[in-house]
Amino acid sequence: MSGPTKVDDTTAAPAPARKRRSGTIPARWRWIALALLLAAAVYAPFQLVPFHVFQLTMVLVYAVALLGLNLLVGHAGQISLGHGAFFAIGAYTSAVLVDRLDVPYLLTLPLAAAVAFLVGFGLGVPAMRLRGLYLALVTLAIAIFLVPLLKRFEELTGGSMGLTLPKPVPPAWSGLAEDQWLYFLALGVAVLAFLVAASLLRSRVGRALHAVRDNEIAAEVMGVRLSSYKTLAFAWSAMFAGVAGCVYTWVIGFVSPDSFTVNLSITLLAGLVVGGLGSLSGPVLGGLFVMFVPSISQDINDAAPGVIFGLLIILVMYVAPQGLAGLAGRLIKKIPRKE
Amino acid sequence: MAGFLQQVVQGLGAGAIYASLALALVLIYQFTGIVNFAQGELAMFSTYVAWQCMAAGLPFWVALPLTLVVSFAGGMLIERVIIRPVEGAPELTIVIVTVGLFIFVNAAAGWIWTFLIKDFPNPFPGGALELGGVSLSFSTLGVLGVVALVMGLLYLLFQHTKIGLGMRAVAANPASARLVGIRVGWTLALGWGLAATVGAVSGVLVAPLLFLEPNMMAGVLIYAFAAATLGGFDSPLGAVVGGLVVGVAETLAGAYVGFIGSDLKVGVPLVIILGVLLLRPQGLFGRAAVERA
Amino acid sequence: MRVSAIGCTALLLLAVAACGGRDTGEAAGGGTGGGTAASGQCAGQQTTGITDTSIKLGGIYPLSGPASAYGDIPKGIKAYFDYVNAEQNGIGGRKVEFVVRDDGYQPPKAVEEARRLVEQEEVFALFQTLGTPSTTAVWDYTNQRKVPQIFVATGASQWGTDTSHPWTIGWQPNYVSESRVYAQYLKKEKPDAKVAVLYQNDDFGKDLLNGFKRATDGSQVQVVAEQSYEVSDPSVDPQMRNLAESKADVFLNVTTPKFGSQALAADAKNTSWNPLHIVNNVAASVTVLQPVGFENVQGVVSSTYYKDPNDPIWADDAEMKLYRQKMEQYAPGADPNVPYHAFGWAVASSFHKAMDAAACPTREGLRDSVRNLQNVQVDMLLPGVTMQTGQDDGFPIESMQLMQFKGERWELFGDVIDTRKEFGPLTN
Repeated sequence: MSGPTKVDDTTAAPAPARKRRSGTIPARWRWIALALLLAAAVYAPFQLVPFHVFQLTMVLVYAVALLGLNLLVGHAGQISLGHGAFFAIGAYTSAVLVDRLDVPYLLTLPLAAAVAFLVGFGLGVPAMRLRGLYLALVTLAIAIFLVPLLKRFEELTGGSMGLTLPKPVPPAWSGLAEDQWLYFLALGVAVLAFLVAASLLRSRVGRALHAVRDNEIAAEVMGVRLSSYKTLAFAWSAMFAGVAGCVYTWVIGFVSPDSFTVNLSITLLAGLVVGGLGSLSGPVLGGLFVMFVPSISQDINDAAPGVIFGLLIILVMYVAPQGLAGLAGRLIKKIPRKE
Repeated sequence: MAGFLQQVVQGLGAGAIYASLALALVLIYQFTGIVNFAQGELAMFSTYVAWQCMAAGLPFWVALPLTLVVSFAGGMLIERVIIRPVEGAPELTIVIVTVGLFIFVNAAAGWIWTFLIKDFPNPFPGGALELGGVSLSFSTLGVLGVVALVMGLLYLLFQHTKIGLGMRAVAANPASARLVGIRVGWTLALGWGLAATVGAVSGVLVAPLLFLEPNMMAGVLIYAFAAATLGGFDSPLGAVVGGLVVGVAETLAGAYVGFIGSDLKVGVPLVIILGVLLLRPQGLFGRAAVERA
Repeated sequence: MRVSAIGCTALLLLAVAACGGRDTGEAAGGGTGGGTAASGQCAGQQTTGITDTSIKLGGIYPLSGPASAYGDIPKGIKAYFDYVNAEQNGIGGRKVEFVVRDDGYQPPKAVEEARRLVEQEEVFALFQTLGTPSTTAVWDYTNQRKVPQIFVATGASQWGTDTSHPWTIGWQPNYVSESRVYAQYLKKEKPDAKVAVLYQNDDFGKDLLNGFKRATDGSQVQVVAEQSYEVSDPSVDPQMRNLAESKADVFLNVTTPKFGSQALAADAKNTSWNPLHIVNNVAASVTVLQPVGFENVQGVVSSTYYKDPNDPIWADDAEMKLYRQKMEQYAPGADPNVPYHAFGWAVASSFHKAMDAAACPTREGLRDSVRNLQNVQVDMLLPGVTMQTGQDDGFPIESMQLMQFKGERWELFGDVIDTRKEFGPLTN
């Protein structure tokens, strides 16, 4: 990341600064678009069959996890190949609390967030002294190590059999079916997560992170305390992944070590890259990608999901370093120009 | 005591496998300054190429050089086609591309050759050397010998050839290298080609021991990373020593440390990577990088 | 830019919403998803996915990812159903449609695919989910929905011992039963055996290991060393080295295919330790032994319950001939010698029998039928191995026969061992 050669950010950088947002489209439109999105999101579960509602719920779960990963990769410019581990920590925190201590499931959300944050912070302190590449190695090793670790503490985690949990029951006043209730829970968590992330990025922290990403040395010279911000970014990022894991436990009702292998971490990174690094809509698009591309591509060939996943990641890095979010942005921007 | 020595020998055998892949990682890092997450998968793919040649009726000693040539060409092709467009991009971009390549190659191998395991002939004789109650199998000896040979060749290449000099210049500072007339693009491609070749050697050495299937190298990769980190990413000798140390440490920890046992020994590479990076980031044999802003 | 992407997502969502369309009345009630019910003597029972001329089944297998070797099973199943559809006018006049989905051995994906099959494809039943994690992730859902989840492809004992999931049932002998077969064999042949065990660190490995320990309890047969491995380990050589230290005279190899080969090879290589090698059924396929070299696996013992296509004693067997012929006809690309295909064939014909025996062609009918199998013969199973279930017995197959590897194939020996008779019914 160092070196004086890096001049042009727009060609290949995965996460160039995005400062032109209010330049072309009036802010008013953004609010309308957001409101439209939210309206659609609220309307959807009444219109869709439960299976599709479930799929959208999982999209939201992945989107929250990707939001966290995006803080780290897209905004702080650090690579994690082990975010599945934090996802797992959130999922297991929730599962263990519900199963062993009979904690009401809604209460497990802040607890899962706190545990993931603390673990992220603890690992972040040493990890953040590492340059990009080495961080990738360490996080990969963490993701691999977590699986046997979960199996070892059988009294707590249920070992390799995992834990089966009752699904949250929708409260009577809501009149919702189970899948709809879970969807709205996930939607609520996702909206909250996005608000937190957005305000976080607009704050001092966000500016410091961008400065670190774009030029670490310059940022340091300007007085940004690198390691503390990077550590914080890692911890925040882990927290979002943990929150996503907690909602995952509500939705799936079953956790086992084999659900959280390295594959999950790699899939998350792939989803984020394809969705779009560094933007707020990237995680949502990434969630859609992670959820739908494997099922669509398996109609082509059994091995196709992996082949398509791998190819798309590489392609996206060339064609659209800002992912689908950036691509969509570019397309739309062309329209007013034609008029 | 014999039991302990036998465990050490066992660890050396595992370590030789890690070292063979670590050499490929070190090689590509030397040439291009990146860590290639797809290196293990490329090695696995090369091994399938060798297997396919033999399935077509070629004898092993014909299939092997053929595979090495194909791997070399394939490595260069990958650099030209896949890496070239993102050359000079931040590390993050290249790491993600190699992760994409990892997923792609793994799935492609499964698509072509299925996930059923294949047997792969062992170029070394069966049987073992018995020394004072400790048995050292010929295949372990063979792997160690080949690894040492490759290490020696790499050392000569790095330190005593013009290519090596140019390559070090490119890895250190591509812009300046270009200014003094080094063909940066070709040097990078050469790096990928050579790394793929060394990877192919590794795959062919490993396949008779682990059995060939698309995930053969996935388990080895993290140990190879630990080996390269421990030895230093810029030292072939370090990669080999690192590999052997990781292998022995892992085996002994699994055998004698009750708490770790055979299930948690995959934590050993994690501890090694973290420890080395925090205490001596350049590794045992590496040179500390001095960065100029 | 951010705007546009949000807008796009919104439009996409709206579009999806518009195509969907849920009955609003049903949504509030919990949504049983357009189910239909029977009339007559089976009045009120569910007939979703079944008509007088068709029956739709869904299966979930790891077609991609590390466990995808098992992806061969549905090929055998499909060949069987295609054959029955074309030449026997289906099962009782109903043509079978078998929809296969991939979960990559990931539980959340299995849940998604199960919901797709039940709610979107509207299958009559889930015919096989593979692997304990995936099956566990799905079974709450299928039982809540009252969808049969039949003959799951995992040998965990919970499918039979659990009483709160009446819609889920296994098929193959459970791992505990299998361990009993080995225990009984050792008690008879090597009453003072010292056993070293290598096992996969998951439900499968632990079920078998613990079952074996319980079955040998109180006898002179004892486990003197045990080592586990993770599926992410590159090799089991270090574990094999540790086990060799124990100088045990029996080695119990509880592994999945790749690690089975590694363990067999490691045992063959170590000339100073020559225990009796017992390999569990999961890794006993010829595709596991062949890469090790047949000369290295002579005398290895295992057990089985269905006919091995590689075994020449079945060369003239009517069912085996039919299987080979129909595989060639309906699954031309697939090698009939792969035992997973024969497994698929066997489980599909078991389903055929169970469906034939159902009193009502309904989901309830199938559920009751698979829990009331009386010595049902399936021609692909070994002679003497039958399916038997009852209200308090949720394990269709609990008999196995021992076999030993000789030359280039397994040779059966001894009688079929009915673990129910030998050890009493399996309880939790």
